[in-house]
Amino acid sequence: MSNRLVVGTRKGLFEFAWGDGPLDIGAATTHFLGEPVSMALADPRDGTLYAALNLGHFGVKLRRLPAGSRDWEECPAPVYPPQREGEAPTGRRSAEVQGEVQGEVQGEVKGEVQGEAKGEAQGAPNGPPWTLEQIWSLETGGPDEPGKLWAGTIPGGLFHSDDGGDSWTLNRALWDCRERSEWFGGGYDHPGIHSIIVDPRDSRHVTVGVSCGGVWQTNDGGASWRVTAQGMQADYMPPERREDANVQDPHRVVQCNAQPDVLWTQHHCAIFRSTDGAERWERIEAQPSNFGFAVAAHPHDPDTAWFVPAVKDACRVPVNARFVVTRTRDGGRSFEAFSKGLPPAPAYDLVYRHGLAVDATGTRLAMGSTTGGLWTSDNGGESWQQASAHLPPIYCVRFA
Amino acid sequence: MAHLFFAASIQRHIAVPEREVAATSVDEALGAVFADEPRLRGYILDDQGALRRHLAVFVDGRPVRDRRRLSDPVDDKSRIYVVQALSGG
Repeated sequence: MSNRLVVGTRKGLFEFAWGDGPLDIGAATTHFLGEPVSMALADPRDGTLYAALNLGHFGVKLRRLPAGSRDWEECPAPVYPPQREGEAPTGRRSAEVQGEVQGEVQGEVKGEVQGEAKGEAQGAPNGPPWTLEQIWSLETGGPDEPGKLWAGTIPGGLFHSDDGGDSWTLNRALWDCRERSEWFGGGYDHPGIHSIIVDPRDSRHVTVGVSCGGVWQTNDGGASWRVTAQGMQADYMPPERREDANVQDPHRVVQCNAQPDVLWTQHHCAIFRSTDGAERWERIEAQPSNFGFAVAAHPHDPDTAWFVPAVKDACRVPVNARFVVTRTRDGGRSFEAFSKGLPPAPAYDLVYRHGLAVDATGTRLAMGSTTGGLWTSDNGGESWQQASAHLPPIYCVRFA
Repeated sequence: MAHLFFAASIQRHIAVPEREVAATSVDEALGAVFADEPRLRGYILDDQGALRRHLAVFVDGRPVRDRRRLSDPVDDKSRIYVVQALSGG
């Protein structure tokens, strides 16, 4: 089981390393004390630790700690390119839509191209300002891509680095999709990319989750993208828009590493599961609730996943004030609720979308709440040990 | 030469001693400092070169009007303060 955990909080990054037995809060190494750490990443390829800081007054900053080093380095944060006055998303459609149009009416495609050439109005009204608000997800590229990093941000841009964070490039193919004009903020003023999944079979196949903007995939390393949210349902939209891909609010999207065609989404409205590589999603009705933010997928068993439910979007506290972690082991047909070791009712802990993690064995989990509670489990979530009830609000937990 | 100060809250991230700068606008004054300390630019300006939302710049006690291009004029007697705004918490 993994015995190293990094916890990003409202007031710093806490690093834990422990052996047998429960995690000891007193053994924590603190970094950036007092500063908000929105995301952290331990790169398994070279041991570098990354931390994204959200210095509210001074913007987003990125730090890295090379393996064996004691001193953090400041590396450049992603920077959006210059935004022209009144610039809106371009008229280029995603690759999938282009393919559909070409398959139907060639004349229509020509008309669209001619329209673009004439500079006709494209897309919808202006999107968010082109300035980095938060690094919301940070992942490595594949083992065949040393130095490759992906960063998902608010207001919705996806960046990559090929040099371990020394430089970043905005993925224009996704940023310039006309569909992006339909995205909107989910929990924040502007949309954001909170989930980035690199297919372990093919590093050029990347899936991202957008709140609110659906689930998008590339199979060519980011040169082209298509939205794949069929089956997701946005109950908060007018009926005629509820199945629109671009308005979906997946809170968190995760993949079974051993069977990468199986993915789970904790959505604003329900749990969804895909068994065909995120092309189509099946709605799952869970107990005690469909609502939550976090989900963790078992790394080997495609039928197992964990969730931390809350009542509903209008009441984001545990159901009946009973704080539980739920687990399904049959692909979502049934759920068990575990509370052993968690605070007795009434408890109002809430776990954000990056606040639940499972290690590479699928046996050890870690969970952090917005009220500063940190727990670990060594038996697949069936019982928990509390490391602390007094950490700052927790944004993310990650095994390193 | 205009006189330029950076609040202590900024100093704890990047050391920026107060200094005299030759400038006719706030933008020019900051540009002179950024030339010496390029890292500072990203702490003061956002990706589009505008003053970050929760920072404030005062020229002789008055907040700048042009937060986007920082074109507010300064002269040899101006005292420019760059501080964090309490709106940022």
